[in-house]
Amino acid sequence: MIEFKEVSKCFGQVTALDGVNMSLAEGKIFGLFGPNGAGKSTTLKLAMGLNRPDRGVILVDGKSPLDNKQNMAYLPEVDHLYSWMNLRQAADFMRSFYSDWDDEKYRQLLAFLHLEEEMKLSRISKGQRAKCKLLLVASRQAPYLFLDEPLSGIDVLTRDEIIQALIRDFRPGEQTIIISTHEIREVENLVDEVVFLDNGRVRLRGDAEELRTERGMSLLDIMKEVFRNAN
Amino acid sequence: MVFDTGQPIYRQIMDDYQKQLVRGELQPGDKIPSQREYAQTHQVNPNTVQRAYREMEAMHMVETIRGQGTFVRVGGAELQRIRMDMAVKVLEYFIGEMRSLGFNREDILQMTARALGQKEAEADDRV
Repeated sequence: MIEFKEVSKCFGQVTALDGVNMSLAEGKIFGLFGPNGAGKSTTLKLAMGLNRPDRGVILVDGKSPLDNKQNMAYLPEVDHLYSWMNLRQAADFMRSFYSDWDDEKYRQLLAFLHLEEEMKLSRISKGQRAKCKLLLVASRQAPYLFLDEPLSGIDVLTRDEIIQALIRDFRPGEQTIIISTHEIREVENLVDEVVFLDNGRVRLRGDAEELRTERGMSLLDIMKEVFRNAN
Repeated sequence: MVFDTGQPIYRQIMDDYQKQLVRGELQPGDKIPSQREYAQTHQVNPNTVQRAYREMEAMHMVETIRGQGTFVRVGGAELQRIRMDMAVKVLEYFIGEMRSLGFNREDILQMTARALGQKEAEADDRV
């Protein structure tokens, strides 16, 4: 379980998160939705222990994120791969770092995503790089998987492949996935629960199916309505 | 199948199976895809599929046998009941929409009869 208690974070004059309270139970896929600058990336980085909150407490399974690093896998929005590497070298790099690296899973995903180990990371398309990023992070058995904008700027077919790989791999009840994105339409059918963030605050949270039942609207339309009323 | 993102997905999965049963595309004893297969083919969250399958089991529409799969169990009178339930829902929706457009009972009856007549005439023309 991931808990945020009264968490605030500022970068200089900019308030990225403003008194966020939420608890995310394990075993589900969460959508962290909101426009650019809403605080999505900050939330994931804080949960990973890459940043520290100015105020408040963050707990992952009751412990500080820093004491839980081995349980969390993180796909950053920025391109973090060394471009001089080919995919095999990048995988070796990850394998040497993480004891939960699963070679069989890696092989299966590699084939499923139509990637090849010889691919040089500097010479492949944006979509292929996105698939490589997912492959490298999802080949670990970490119970927590944080994906920051895994679909942004990627063509529709590649998006489908990435979503299929996530569904294929997801272990309900055991694994917790948090996907931050402003492209809600793509993940409407993928998420169990949603957190709508805006200006560093949680505007709405809930079970995706319950929200659809109550409001008779898509998650995208619900978000639009919630933000209209908030501003 | 394409899901309407404005409605709960698990209900749409159940509705789709019910329609296949009513149309006879699925028969008692037929095996349906496992939850995992369904989630992958339709790109839906596995927890959502699990919810739909659990509800269908609770309604005795299907039965999951460990190690073998999920099988259609419903037939006969029970299937007729499902068919009537679906018809009632369609009618309720139709009546609700017509009322919201300001039509009364007489209007609805007349218009329905006329529309049915037209459909039948079109069908006759084609023959």
